[in-house]
Amino acid sequence: MAGQHKISVRDMNVWFSDKQVIHSLNIDIPSNEIISVLGPANSGITTLLRSLNRLSDLNPAMRVEGEILLDGNNIRDVSVTELRRKVGMVFDVPTPLPISIFDNIAYGPRLSGTKNMKNLTGIVEQSLREAALWDDVKDRLYTPAMSLSGGQQQRLCIARVLALKPEVILLDRPCSGLDPLSTAKIEESLKNLKAQFTIIIAPHNVQQASRVSDHIAFMLMGHLVEHGTAEKILTNPKDQRTNDYLTGRFG
Amino acid sequence: MMKGSSRVTENIIKTLIWAAALSVLTVLVVIIAYILIRGLPVISWQFLTEIPRNMGRSGGISSTIVGTLMVTLVAIVIATPFGIGTAFYLAEYTRRDSMVTRVIRFSAESLAGIPSIVYGLFGFIFFVKYLGMGWSVLSGGLTLAIMILPTIIRTSEEAILAVPNLYREVSYSLGGTKWQTIVKTVLPSAIRGIANGVILSVGRCVAETAAVVLTAGSALRMTTSLTSPTRTMAVHFYILASEAISFENAYGTAALLIILIFLINVVANTLINRFIAKGR
Repeated sequence: MAGQHKISVRDMNVWFSDKQVIHSLNIDIPSNEIISVLGPANSGITTLLRSLNRLSDLNPAMRVEGEILLDGNNIRDVSVTELRRKVGMVFDVPTPLPISIFDNIAYGPRLSGTKNMKNLTGIVEQSLREAALWDDVKDRLYTPAMSLSGGQQQRLCIARVLALKPEVILLDRPCSGLDPLSTAKIEESLKNLKAQFTIIIAPHNVQQASRVSDHIAFMLMGHLVEHGTAEKILTNPKDQRTNDYLTGRFG
Repeated sequence: MMKGSSRVTENIIKTLIWAAALSVLTVLVVIIAYILIRGLPVISWQFLTEIPRNMGRSGGISSTIVGTLMVTLVAIVIATPFGIGTAFYLAEYTRRDSMVTRVIRFSAESLAGIPSIVYGLFGFIFFVKYLGMGWSVLSGGLTLAIMILPTIIRTSEEAILAVPNLYREVSYSLGGTKWQTIVKTVLPSAIRGIANGVILSVGRCVAETAAVVLTAGSALRMTTSLTSPTRTMAVHFYILASEAISFENAYGTAALLIILIFLINVVANTLINRFIAKGR
């Protein structure tokens, strides 16, 4: 049963200090597909994503209860660094570290002990190609990553996650500050990547969700309202609230 | 009417601020120029390379240059690791409002406000007498290390806290441990601020008189080891002037002190830009 799903979330409750931000959430996420977690601000989507790679551990006020299974194994049972290498994350603003493009991509592999320069060069090139950034930066790998444009920086962040050889990629509104052309490029890369990875994205609007998703989950105020195939949710949602959100009545 | 009067106010304030900045600059330039004008003619190859003779009336000041550098070096080598370590503890390993953090921060701030003569007295009683280290480079260096510790802690902590939290999250999200995150991301981003604090402390060590004269002594011969007494340039200057031994050589020493501090700043900044802050 669990084997078919990449990630299974069971009875997840999350508190931020005294405030409950996610209420008894259950969801199965299939492999090699793009699932969008859609909803207005403060729905608990970021919290959900950050719980999946235990980045929530960094915040002492955050308490996560319930089970999260990755390939059937509880994520609390593996080492947190190993988990984060398997479940990579791209943030809502581009976050290049203030080092060169090469060093940004090589950051993860180096942490896990890859020192050989030939191997690193290979990983960097492959990751940048997969993120469709190689042609833009191949002649200036050793220049500061901060000098790239916003869209390039975000693709750099995707490449940096790919360099980890992850199994799951979380993207938290990755295009929220980007122009339409950069957004299109990133969406294109995501579609190419889903053959190898399971992708969970918080899209920045309904249109993006409809463009990239195989599955869509709709969240509202910490509750998972419904989820299903993109086609079903977009054309025939069961819940009135989902329908209202999709048609722009709120949110 | 309103518009006119607010523009007048604006201009008056602008003038006052300009005047304040200008007067500070003038005072600074006058002091430095005066010392350099009186001191530079004294400086010669002989002044730099010979040890003081006849209580400093003649000869050079080479032994005090060596003494200054040695005492400062000891202080920096000891205070820097402790200071940076404490700063990382405060900024990364405890919660900002915890009791331990508050006690350490309060102690550091109190230490920063103590007059240097008190450090000198403490160093004299503790290092020189109680531990029997005598007047020595080591006693002086240790005393200065305690004196500059608060500066290094505070500047380093500020530099560490100024590193965007996002950098830490990125490092963790890429599978970094806490230690890897600190060494590979936080430290390189904070290093310029930390280095500035250390440079500031070097300046204070080089210029310190009261704390050093009580702990390193005022011996004029060339220092040969960490356990022998020495005299720093600032102490030499103070004794030459206060005992009216030689104002000429006092100004020479002061001019050299200013040049030395200037050089330390230039060299340190060049090194930081060249090696540490590369690509940032």
